[in-house]
Amino acid sequence: MSYTVIVGLEVHVQLLTKSKIFCGCSTEFNPDHPNVQTCPVCLGLPGSLPVMNRRAFELSLKTAMSLNCQIAPFTKWDRKQYYYPDLPKGYQISQYDLPFSLDGFLEVEVDPTEGTTRRVGIIRAHLEEDAGKNLHDETGHGTDSQVDLNRAGTPLLEIVSQPDLRSAAECKRYLEELRLLLTYLGVSDCNMAEGSLRCDANVNLHVHQPDGQDIPTPIVEIKNLNSFRNVELSLEYEIKRQFEEWQKTGKRLGEVSKETRGWDAARGATFAQRGKEEASDYRYFPDPDLVPVTVTEEELDRIRESLGEFPADRRKRFKEGYLLSNYDAAVIVDQGAELASYYEEVALGCGDAKQAANWVTQDILREMKERNLTIGQFPIRQPVLIALLGKINTKAITIKSAREIFVDLLTEGLEGKPIEPSRIDELVASKGLALVFDVVELDAVIAKIVDKNPKAVADFKSGKQAAVGALIGQVMKEVKGADPQRVRQMLVEKLSQ
Amino acid sequence: MATQLTRADVQKVALLGRLKLSDAELEAYTQSLGNIIGYVERLNEVNTDDVEPMVHAVELSNVFRADEVRPSLPRADALANAPKSERGFFLVPQILDER
Repeated sequence: MSYTVIVGLEVHVQLLTKSKIFCGCSTEFNPDHPNVQTCPVCLGLPGSLPVMNRRAFELSLKTAMSLNCQIAPFTKWDRKQYYYPDLPKGYQISQYDLPFSLDGFLEVEVDPTEGTTRRVGIIRAHLEEDAGKNLHDETGHGTDSQVDLNRAGTPLLEIVSQPDLRSAAECKRYLEELRLLLTYLGVSDCNMAEGSLRCDANVNLHVHQPDGQDIPTPIVEIKNLNSFRNVELSLEYEIKRQFEEWQKTGKRLGEVSKETRGWDAARGATFAQRGKEEASDYRYFPDPDLVPVTVTEEELDRIRESLGEFPADRRKRFKEGYLLSNYDAAVIVDQGAELASYYEEVALGCGDAKQAANWVTQDILREMKERNLTIGQFPIRQPVLIALLGKINTKAITIKSAREIFVDLLTEGLEGKPIEPSRIDELVASKGLALVFDVVELDAVIAKIVDKNPKAVADFKSGKQAAVGALIGQVMKEVKGADPQRVRQMLVEKLSQ
Repeated sequence: MATQLTRADVQKVALLGRLKLSDAELEAYTQSLGNIIGYVERLNEVNTDDVEPMVHAVELSNVFRADEVRPSLPRADALANAPKSERGFFLVPQILDER
């Protein structure tokens, strides 16, 4: 029996504002100093009044437009009422029936190597406030929980997808693409360790019947997934669990109420959470403390112009403009806007886009990873790499020599020395890496090495092509900076005489 | 068309509001809340076919503040009203582990 997996994701992202959504308290991540970023508004003290942060609303518009959403000309905020210690007012200011945006989509490259995409629908995106943070006593015998309200009132954008995702891996790709878009737009840092991006997953199965019908299983919501890995693992687990449950009980959608489950990363399993009684009755009503917002076409035009290039368009442009493979374009673009711009500058500067792609995707990414550097911290800046690749293009040095110089430059840069393009010339000279074009000199050395190695010569002549390798090595040792391709060619000619 | 408010309705609202009502109170509120709803329902007699729905009593829109950080309360002030606090945290009765 087979089934189709149906998943929709709710993603919460913290917006990159300096101050909270309704008050002037800082949004800085500050777990070591609890309750130092609060005021009467975010503490929910009587008599305080919230005022909307303009930047939070603009960042929300920017995101929704990039997700191809319809922007509502009129929007308002509502109170969602529930009791929890991290929610000081006893309600969360959110959006209920008139969210500011609706009905968009995100194109997700589900297979970056092939470049195949899937269009994932976006039901809505709305703007709300975050709650504080509860900390539970880990010792097990404490009686109180601790509450830190630094985060309470941080602007949060909730992005709700259609149930268009068909596997755990697709969900991960959707989240990666969404995170990339959000960081390209600069609307969120999407730092998952700091809780800037959190995810809930709604999942069920459509079990295929022999008569061609599909039976939907009850929907389960997995709450509070705080890493892409956990999204993937919890969904894989939950899909299996639901199918087994269905085989055991035969319960279908509607026969049991929607279940909320948590993810226990240590055990690698989802677990049923206590159903909150009456939890669905949030008694939404319009927040009388906030006034509605209307958006004009002019404002939308202004924001549209500020959007910049989306990651998907950039990949396409790199493939078409620089003739990069799907893979290379995806690797470069998916590292973020800063690396993609670095690449592009080098590609244009050295005039060899493919060579630039090789260096960025291999040497630079490897060193960044090993040394834990961002591209912004990488000591070899664009002009230096352009100069280095230029030396390869003009055959002034070999690729091997360039790699050697690259490592030297990196080491010196990390020691704090300023790295200028002129340093390359100094290194080439001091290490004797300049390619030798003096055919006469090469000829003489080759003749000498051939005379000294009668066995290798005999081996070669009896058909052992590999024997030439040892001879190349000896020639290269004598003539530093010789082009190995050229040496091989000359040696083979000589031996074939 | 009058809506009849039942005791069960009041009980549910009380539960959602975390209010513990005695039987006598439940009875009294069913009566008095029923009267209020009955009073407001007189509005149903008005023909509102050509009236735009109103979302706010104040005819204002687009009230924003600039994204600027302002000083927060000193922590001691923020915690001043808390029944219990410790090392900078509000303390609340232990939240049951949801597992």
